[in-house]
Amino acid sequence: MAESANKRVRIIDVSKYFGDVQAVRNANVEVAEGEVVLIIGPSGSGKSTLLRCVNRLETLSAGDIWIDDIHASHSKSDIRRIREEVGMVFQSFNLFSHLTALGNITLAPRTVKKLSREQAEADARRLLKRVGLSDKEASYPGQLSGGQQQRVAIARALAMNPKVMLFDEPTSALDPEMIKEVLDVMLDLAREGMTMLVVSHEMGFAKAAADKVIFMDQGEVLEIGTPAEIFENPREERTKRFLEHIL
Amino acid sequence: MAEVKQTRIEISDGALIPDRNEKSVFSAWRISFFGAIALLVILPIVKPDPFWDILKFIPDGILRTFQVTVSSIVIALFIGLVAGLGRISRITIVNRIATVYVEVIRGIPLLVQLFYIYYALGQFFTLPPMVAAIIAMSVCYGAYMGEIFRAGIQSIPKGQMEAALALGMTRAQALRKVILPQTFRVILPPIGNEFIALLKDSSLVSILAVSDLLRRGREFASVSFQYFETYTVVAIVYLVFTLFFSKLVAAMEKRLERGG
Ligand SMILES: Nc1ncnc2c1ncn2[C@@H]1O[C@H](COP(=O)(O)OP(=O)(O)OP(=O)(O)O)[C@@H](O)[C@H]1O
Ligand SMILES: [Mg+2]
Repeated sequence: MAESANKRVRIIDVSKYFGDVQAVRNANVEVAEGEVVLIIGPSGSGKSTLLRCVNRLETLSAGDIWIDDIHASHSKSDIRRIREEVGMVFQSFNLFSHLTALGNITLAPRTVKKLSREQAEADARRLLKRVGLSDKEASYPGQLSGGQQQRVAIARALAMNPKVMLFDEPTSALDPEMIKEVLDVMLDLAREGMTMLVVSHEMGFAKAAADKVIFMDQGEVLEIGTPAEIFENPREERTKRFLEHIL
Repeated sequence: MAEVKQTRIEISDGALIPDRNEKSVFSAWRISFFGAIALLVILPIVKPDPFWDILKFIPDGILRTFQVTVSSIVIALFIGLVAGLGRISRITIVNRIATVYVEVIRGIPLLVQLFYIYYALGQFFTLPPMVAAIIAMSVCYGAYMGEIFRAGIQSIPKGQMEAALALGMTRAQALRKVILPQTFRVILPPIGNEFIALLKDSSLVSILAVSDLLRRGREFASVSFQYFETYTVVAIVYLVFTLFFSKLVAAMEKRLERGG
């Protein structure tokens, strides 16, 4: 939070085109160590695309993104290093449907970090406990509720020991009664000092955890401020209109 | 709530699929299968000459038929995997080679391919008939398998690959550990159907002097002149096997549907 803290993520002049569509225009965002940044904005405003640029699920059309001192050029090994440092949680969970909860969590540590099975499973059990699913390690995704799947997905991302976590609308595919269990896990993470970039319109989470809020519209980062600044006193007319819409 | 998408792909033609809803004791499958078995038991008892002699004569051929079928399907699976991966490759040259292979092979009748490998290429080098047969069958079915693999891989939701990449896996690791294991489950029934189709098509290799089931029948008939009786038995034996395997495929499909 403090200005002097190290910058974990630096998004510098990033643009992304899909053909003629400019999904992200000249975005500049810095995230300090331990900071939780919330990204809001209307549908199609480029929130997901910006997030996916950070771990290079999308290639950049222009600009640079740094994670600590790693700068992903176009080399595959740099991109993989970035992905090891950056965890991602998707709206649709994307759990590996042929693997149990435990298998989902241990796959990447075993294949990427070459951990032994014993080591990876010990870590995975610890993570499952942390997200409150110790009794579900042998369950397949199809046997879990949406909220449980998303918590496994968070544990799976954490198993790589990331420095930064990206969340793309992690609760918007969930039934209302399951939203809280996922947000609670995210709140815990934020309190423990995880650096987080979160696309979400959950106001409760925003108020409780966000250090900064970013408003995006038509690919542009229109406004960055504290939750109080953005939610109570937005500078931009478009931010105002959007907030009236969702509040 | 976002349902985990059930992945299904189209079943290829060429095989008899028992109707799942037919629970009746006299289902079409049961009538055909047990009828065929009954004939194979009753005919030799009622009329040992020639049926018993025929039944003693053809087991070698059945063995050959299965040798051709099983070897070809195993090689075709391997070719199909490579062709399927080639078809979805983002490397243009690889993609083109795979696509040309699939298109060319699928555009030429299997019988012509058999002639081509054995007789046409036979002008330059001679292959044992059995080897030529297996090469022709597996190259041909490899192309169809390639399409099954391609469709299977593409039926896996793209979030699976993205999640694997986001965890730091390479594309190759993601393919091996995430995409292909799921693909195999999806394509098991269509592969089973290809196996049945191949079993039937393997009768074509009899023209290359491979002593398969059909060829053994022909050998028997041409000596005994009992064409009607011999080919009746040959047809029934093929039928028993294809019905048996199609039941197996249907059972497999049902299990996968239940998400086992
Ligand atoms: N793979 C793609 N190919 C082409 N256009 C795309 C692609 N992904 C996104 N876009 C376009 O880029 C723009 C930004 O999309 P993006 O998904 O980032 O928006 P978003 O803010 O996440 O929206 P939502 O709230 O609906 O998730 C949209 O106009 C979208 O149609
Ligand atoms: Mg989005």
